[in-house]
Amino acid sequence: MILTFPHLGNVYIAGKAFLEELGQEVVPPPRCSSRTLEIGTKYSPENICLPFKVNIGNYIESIEKGADTILITGSCGPCRFGYYSVLEQNILWDLGYEVDMIVFDPISEGLDQLKEGLSKALNINSYKDVIKAGKLGWKLIQKADYLTQLSNEKRAYAIDSYEVDAIMEEYYKNIENTFGAEKMLKLMDEVEYSLKNIPIDKSKNPIRIGIVGEIYTIIEPFVNLEVEKKLGHMGVYVEKSLTPTKWVKHHVTSFPFGSKEENMKYQLAKPYLSTLVGGHGRETVGSAVYYAKQGFDGVIQLLPLNCMPEIVAKSILPQVQKDCNIPIMTLVLDEMTGEAGYLTRLEAFVDLLMRRREERKVGELLFGC
Amino acid sequence: MCKIGIPRGMLFYDYYPLWAEFFEELGAKVVVSPKSNKEILNSGVLSCVDECCLPVKVFHGHVDYLKDKVDYIFIPKIISIRKMEYCCPKILGLPDMVKFSIEDLPPIIDTNINLRKNSYTSSKYKKAVYEAGKCVIKNSSKIRNAYKKAEESYQRYLYLLSKGVIPIEAIKMYNKTFVDLNYNSKKHDMSIMVVGHPYNIYDEYLNMNIISKLINKGIKVMTPEMVNKDEIIYYSAQLPKRMFWTYGRRIVGSAFSLIERDEVDGIIYLSSFGCGIDSILIDLIERKAKNKGIPFTLLTLDEQTGEAGIDTRVEAFIDMMKWRDKDDFNISTLR
Repeated sequence: MILTFPHLGNVYIAGKAFLEELGQEVVPPPRCSSRTLEIGTKYSPENICLPFKVNIGNYIESIEKGADTILITGSCGPCRFGYYSVLEQNILWDLGYEVDMIVFDPISEGLDQLKEGLSKALNINSYKDVIKAGKLGWKLIQKADYLTQLSNEKRAYAIDSYEVDAIMEEYYKNIENTFGAEKMLKLMDEVEYSLKNIPIDKSKNPIRIGIVGEIYTIIEPFVNLEVEKKLGHMGVYVEKSLTPTKWVKHHVTSFPFGSKEENMKYQLAKPYLSTLVGGHGRETVGSAVYYAKQGFDGVIQLLPLNCMPEIVAKSILPQVQKDCNIPIMTLVLDEMTGEAGYLTRLEAFVDLLMRRREERKVGELLFGC
Repeated sequence: MCKIGIPRGMLFYDYYPLWAEFFEELGAKVVVSPKSNKEILNSGVLSCVDECCLPVKVFHGHVDYLKDKVDYIFIPKIISIRKMEYCCPKILGLPDMVKFSIEDLPPIIDTNINLRKNSYTSSKYKKAVYEAGKCVIKNSSKIRNAYKKAEESYQRYLYLLSKGVIPIEAIKMYNKTFVDLNYNSKKHDMSIMVVGHPYNIYDEYLNMNIISKLINKGIKVMTPEMVNKDEIIYYSAQLPKRMFWTYGRRIVGSAFSLIERDEVDGIIYLSSFGCGIDSILIDLIERKAKNKGIPFTLLTLDEQTGEAGIDTRVEAFIDMMKWRDKDDFNISTLR
């Protein structure tokens, strides 16, 4: 049994190490590329959202490398993500790939099913091993997220922001040839060290932008056309409202109460959206208010075309923009998104924020308000 | 007298008799927006976010039409109407979307109806009913009685649907006595299932009268609302995973049941562009229809759809089915 899973930003680092610790053979899909998307678009239903298309591309590329079992998480509505597994299985079978698909549905769907899936996927000998590997995996997720955030921060302050890119690129290349959690952690420490040693200009006061929206588009750099990197090179400090760490905290480690941060965001969203709308619609509204309160200069909402929860959020965000006095831009992504147009919009947005900041400063000087 | 506006869109075709009778029984005047037309569509498109699907845009138009004419607008927030199931995320957020997209609205009655963990007899549901009625009259026993009466006429409406009356007609006549129930199914040589969300298949402006066009051609039209509830549950359980959308279950279950029982000659799926649920359902139903050799076509609606194009596609679809019956003997070619 050779396992694989779809890409979700840097989660594959932890996923790979976690499964390897348990003695399973893993083939992580090649990093998402235009080929991935091309394959995915070709075989997916026309109207489905972008993450599905990329997932299909990931699977086929992994299968080409020898994988025969796919692990994914499930959900049960109201977002259509819950039905991904059924459609994906149908599509792969139609294409003649004899693969197994193991879906981890939430506990409310029945504990037995979840247990069965877990024991099938993880080759469990003793639960002690699983807990040990799980702890290592959790450590890796946090560390990987920390590195991504650190690189985003360094890019905004660094004298030469491309140095950060060089280090990160090297890091991603090395991951492929690193096996096991211990070695992975060692590699990460090295990367952290070299990132911290990049010469920075402390006098900079970068524009701060919060990124909100649909979880997959925020986390997967290929899908959002590396928005963090692009903004970083413009000298912008970027913070993401959702990361794998935050997801695990909310859904696993503080189950069933939910993490403090997410619950706070629900509270912030309450005046606008008091009930759930599926996906991360409520979090999007809450995070936008949160960033406004934190004194960020602007917010960017990312959503894949026709994502239902985010459309609801999008129609509410103009009110947040008015009430909190913070510019919010929405970027819609799909397989047709052109990079040049995207970049232009980002540049224009950053220009606007800089101008706004300047005006405020000048306004203070002139009118003392 | 307090005037309550009910926009003719989204879940209107499922619950209008229930809502209207309820408020009228309480002594309010119910104002329904007119059938969708060009002005309503245009004002909806202007006030709604671009990415939305057509029915939600039209719904915004209906609210926009009503806003100066009534004291309250009734847009319940229907989160779940069956255990462990949900409605579409856009229905979940509908009152909020409307609130923040259209200016100068009268107060919206956005009662939360969440039966994900409760049933219709639970106190939570009774509380929701009271919530909805209290704007008109603050008397819980009157509200309870009004709901009971409304429920009765709603049952009559459901009965009509189960007899094969199309909801557009049933809304007009659920309160009258009538003789001929099955007028729709008389003398036909072909039956076609028009499947999709109720707000797509019953809004005659959005789908350019497709149902009456089919009936005029002498075709019996079946819709998901006409299929028995138990059958829907039975056939939707064939899916490898529990269907967690109530409307998705109805659409898939009814289509599967008609396909399996061989009661339809063809299926026309009416979908609105950008419908997230449909993107899943279409794939499931098309696969099933293909397996059973039943013709399937998909018509996607948006605000740019032209009537001529839809007509041509429907005609071509029917012609194909006729030729298939006439020329094809269902003998597979030898290879």
